[in-house]
Amino acid sequence: MPSKSRNNTAAPARAAKSRVVKTNVHLPFFGCSVSCGFPSPADDYIEKKLDLNEYLIDKPAATFFVRVSGDSMIGAGIHPDDLLIVDRSKEPKNKSIVLAIVNGDFTVKRYMCRGGKIILKAENPAHADIAIVDGMQFEVVGVCTNVIHNLK
Amino acid sequence: MSRESRDTSSPAPIFALVDGNSFYCSCERVFDPSLINQPVIVLSNNDGCVISRTDEAKAIGVKMGDPLHLIGDIIRRHRVRVYSSNYALYGDMSARMMTTLAQFTPELEVYSIDEAFLSLGGFAGCDLADYAREIRRVVRRDTGIPTAIGIGPTKVLAKVANRAAKKNKISGGVLNLCDRTAQDSVLAEFAVADVWGIGARSAAKLARMGVATAMQLRDADADAVQKLLTIVGKRIVLELRGQSCLALEMVQEDRKQIVSSKSFGRPVYTLNELKEAVANYATRACEKLRRQKSSCHVLSVFVQTNRFKDIAQYYNSATVNMGTGTASTSRLIAAANGALETIFRDGIEYKKAGVILSDLRAASAVEFSLFDDQHKHAQDIKAMSVMDAINARMGRDTLKVGACGNVRAGTSANAGANGVANVKVGGARMAQARAAGQSAPAPAWTMKAAMRTPCYTTRWQDLLKVG
Repeated sequence: MPSKSRNNTAAPARAAKSRVVKTNVHLPFFGCSVSCGFPSPADDYIEKKLDLNEYLIDKPAATFFVRVSGDSMIGAGIHPDDLLIVDRSKEPKNKSIVLAIVNGDFTVKRYMCRGGKIILKAENPAHADIAIVDGMQFEVVGVCTNVIHNLK
Repeated sequence: MSRESRDTSSPAPIFALVDGNSFYCSCERVFDPSLINQPVIVLSNNDGCVISRTDEAKAIGVKMGDPLHLIGDIIRRHRVRVYSSNYALYGDMSARMMTTLAQFTPELEVYSIDEAFLSLGGFAGCDLADYAREIRRVVRRDTGIPTAIGIGPTKVLAKVANRAAKKNKISGGVLNLCDRTAQDSVLAEFAVADVWGIGARSAAKLARMGVATAMQLRDADADAVQKLLTIVGKRIVLELRGQSCLALEMVQEDRKQIVSSKSFGRPVYTLNELKEAVANYATRACEKLRRQKSSCHVLSVFVQTNRFKDIAQYYNSATVNMGTGTASTSRLIAAANGALETIFRDGIEYKKAGVILSDLRAASAVEFSLFDDQHKHAQDIKAMSVMDAINARMGRDTLKVGACGNVRAGTSANAGANGVANVKVGGARMAQARAAGQSAPAPAWTMKAAMRTPCYTTRWQDLLKVG
């Protein structure tokens, strides 16, 4: 999945066709052209630009962004309208924050697993925890790896 | 498995065909868990007919290709969930699936939006069915898409295995047909019309020869089949026998022809509306043209009425020779609209129009005649590459030729009726129109997609909301 193309509806289809796993490529900018004057003394030290995709996403093909609604996880620093990064390829550990499906709905909660019992814990006293029992439709979709909170 | 004298250093080929189950419906399910275990269908462009259905929809009698207006009863009675196709979403999910599959083999051929052939030639040492089950598990986990996998010594047998795995609901969704006895039991029950590459017409010809099952085709005289169905038919026979004739196609060949056409959402009557539609189709076609670095020498435009409706029928097309090859959207729109004028007739209810670019050659091989303006050509190339770069970054149609109208904002069509290239910066204007609210109706030629889900993975404003 070319992370670059998230805003562009045309690119995914193209990526499917070219079957090459593309990632963002930032070309270093050279401060001088060949023909003029002295080369910039910094040119030998140009490194690639920092790419947040690299920092935040291990597995682009398995990573999805979702928008937070509600405040049930506010104690974990997850606020309404925040952006959550969900990696489907990661297996949840005890206390992971997960995106799960419970009885036909998505929910973000802390995954508590002890003695074979699973509880989806809210991080807000105003919200009840969800105990997973037999007969419930339940699936962990993925592990929430990062939250992006806008300070503006 | 029959083996020809093969280079002993390379292992015998083994192919796996992986495809997404009810792919479009499965994509919708990934983002709406209330659809799990429910009958779901996805409709073709303009919400015409069923192009994807879940097993639950199949079980209540919904067939592929059923027109929406004929199955209203079933939909209401069984509360079938109905969706317009969302190709932005399916394209992105497809790319994710293919990327995930690519981890499992060095050689992969993307065969369609929801199918890929994997070469497992070097994996004969491990249990192939186990390996395929692992592939399935990881694709399901990473993308949410359920798949079926067929394995065989040839592509045709892998296709057979895939279909049989699904049809017989084989547990684990994996069927390995590398073994001769396994092949025999499946091929004996497999209709010849369902064999990859055998169309309805070929199947009818084979039926006259007494060939009804895949096994009978396999055991038929290959040369007799070649007489009936050309070399293509003979290859299928050999492939059914386990002799690999079709290699993995890792590099997609450039298209020889590019077609962009669509049925209109509502009937279209006026030349200006047709021109706007054709300008947009030409824009799409030109994007594809430049993506494969080709130039076009011949352009055709066609218009047609709805032949299923009891109205005055009309079909016509016009072709323009572009002289020096070009990949310039503005030049091709001007040509297309000129051609359209020659075939347009008043008082006709148009249903569909399209643009066909042909005689495609490498863009680098353009030859100029004495009278060509080479400076203009170079300018065109520069303008187009800037336009493509801006649209790649800012979203499709941020910058477009004026003749396309202001479709995204939904204003009426009056721009660029003569199709003369006048590149406008649409972004600022569109932002204003959006802020003002989308009150104006969309032009008649745009597609109907009344039940389309958000573009969950490709637009920031469409992200899934979770509590």
